[in-house]
Amino acid sequence: MSRALSPGAEALSSPRGEPPVDRPAEWSVRAQLTGYLARLRGGEVGSMPVVVGLVALSLFFQSQNSNFLTAGNLTNLLVQGSGVAMIAMGVVFVLLIGELDLSVGSMAGVGGAVLARTVTGPHPHAWWIAIVLALLTGAAMGLVQGVLVTAVNLPSFVVTLAGLLAFNGIVLEAVNNTARASIRNSSQLVYIGNGLLSPATGWLLAVAITIGYAALQVLRRMRRLRLGLKPGPGLLVVWRVAVVAVVAVAVVLVTNADRGPLAPIRGLPFVVALVLLAMVVLSYIASRTAFGRHVYAVGGHAEAARRAGIKVQSVRVGVFMLSGVMATLGGIVLTTRLQSVTSTEGSGQILLYAIAAAVVGGTSLFGGHGRVVNAVLGGLVVAAIDNGMGLLELSAGSKSIYTGIVLIAAVTIDSLSRRGRVSSGRG
Amino acid sequence: MTAGVPLLQLQGIRKHFGAVEALKGVDFTLRAGLVTALVGDNGAGKSTLIKCIAGIHPIDSGSVVWEGQLVTIAGPSDGAALGIEVVYQDLALCDNLDVVQNMFLGRELRTGVRRLDEETMEARTRETLASLSVTTISSVRQQVASLSGGQRQSVAVARAVMWNSRLVILDEPTAALGVAQTKQVLTLVRKLADQGISVVLISHNLSDVFAVADRIAVLRLGRMVADVDPDDVTSNEVVQLITAGHAGFGDELEAPLRGRHG
Repeated sequence: MSRALSPGAEALSSPRGEPPVDRPAEWSVRAQLTGYLARLRGGEVGSMPVVVGLVALSLFFQSQNSNFLTAGNLTNLLVQGSGVAMIAMGVVFVLLIGELDLSVGSMAGVGGAVLARTVTGPHPHAWWIAIVLALLTGAAMGLVQGVLVTAVNLPSFVVTLAGLLAFNGIVLEAVNNTARASIRNSSQLVYIGNGLLSPATGWLLAVAITIGYAALQVLRRMRRLRLGLKPGPGLLVVWRVAVVAVVAVAVVLVTNADRGPLAPIRGLPFVVALVLLAMVVLSYIASRTAFGRHVYAVGGHAEAARRAGIKVQSVRVGVFMLSGVMATLGGIVLTTRLQSVTSTEGSGQILLYAIAAAVVGGTSLFGGHGRVVNAVLGGLVVAAIDNGMGLLELSAGSKSIYTGIVLIAAVTIDSLSRRGRVSSGRG
Repeated sequence: MTAGVPLLQLQGIRKHFGAVEALKGVDFTLRAGLVTALVGDNGAGKSTLIKCIAGIHPIDSGSVVWEGQLVTIAGPSDGAALGIEVVYQDLALCDNLDVVQNMFLGRELRTGVRRLDEETMEARTRETLASLSVTTISSVRQQVASLSGGQRQSVAVARAVMWNSRLVILDEPTAALGVAQTKQVLTLVRKLADQGISVVLISHNLSDVFAVADRIAVLRLGRMVADVDPDDVTSNEVVQLITAGHAGFGDELEAPLRGRHG
């Protein structure tokens, strides 16, 4: 270690004011690859394992049942995963600050119940009022839990476990009178869970996303050049834009294919577009705003964040509120898809699947490492297992067992990479 | 002694923690552009003194004069407002963030729509590192976790000086470092002083102290027992000042401020 550094120490005697010299190799594609491996060893699992896992799962299920990779089933899979992915995006933020939120499933249930109660009954309100009310309820539930965790200093594990129980009770109380609260009288709400965008709109969206992403990349390069910074390899930008374009085109191709058994059914499901929108917004918050930066700082080293003047407690409360909002949004997706709420909404496997999705996607359980896109990829994995096992006509029990095994595998990867961090003195 | 008004002048600083009197009337003078080494045994009051200067501990009595003006440093924000930055021994960097993100942590620059201005922050980080001749950090976009001890120290120091600091206090900056990295950090310390910043260096390592300090202040049992020029004393005499409070053999009355050969 010191051997490698001694040339650096000599470099200190260089004339004053000489700018730090970037080694040209730093920006080569090979150096980027080396950098990725270094980050992997440093505890940044990244998206690679989950993408590889997703491909492997797809190939396996396809080899077992040729219906897996059909347009109809893949579209189905995207829709099945959307509720969990939505909730998991909030869970990512909670995991980033090194906490846990066990109440997300129950908060999703409360979201559905608020939605149903607002648009039904003797004085039904407009659909958008119902949505706003549900999201506000989510924020309020998160606020209460966040304050209990930060101000009263209770462990988040216990606070959200209590929340799980209490919120399940609220759903039971709210829905029990009607046994099954329906939202069918609101066509807008039904559209959220079941609507399809026209094939042309799907293409428009794919083109807009690709061009928008490419434009952002180019603008950033221009800004860097203007400030005299190294812009990075152009090939990498081309590669990133290509990946986005291929994924966008593939999704639209699949969802626009006719999948109707009798009458033609085609088009991108509205919920999938909604999940993509949420992913873009939350990714922006995580990586481009001061709040997002502080979330990572609190998860990485809370004391350092405090000394840097960050209001650590506010960040924590904000994260729990965000988790509540995303959970109720997930609840809205799930409820509008089934068009009704049962009195046990959100008390089943939703919570476990949402946390599994975030972790399987590569979010560290130990705080500070992870990205929003991980939640969506993890949600796809969880949905793929559920869907594929269903095609293989396996029982609900074995579905759970295999999901558990995949979760353990993901946590093992996380833990091993963390051990690498600790052993190199970077815990 | 350098001419002109001292940057910071402490007189008769006292600080109690319950029944324990940590500082028993400390006088301490700091000048711009000088490296002042603060040495003393464990429990001598070094940490308490710098925390009083930074505003983390309010003082019980005594006067604090900043550039000739009597001031009260009631909290860390008062200290920061005057331009006092402390680099603590544990550095307080976030391992999972990169160099630029750590440099601007809690003071991020933004553009119009609450968006972080990554490019300007990166450019200013590179400027700051360049002005301190820190050439060992090849990429400012690498995670702090991947840096060596010396590089981390450089980042922490660079962060302290980026905000127009006037007084930078370094707590044991070389304690955990190897030879090459220690040299790297001491060069950086010298560089800060050359830029007109007043530097306080707390260290147990006397060879570091003699290598870089312009003044050596010795604290013993809550009292400042000496404030000497390193050219006037030997390493052994400093050790005696630290342990016994005087540098002579036996003649206690003569001791504290005596030069090398009487």
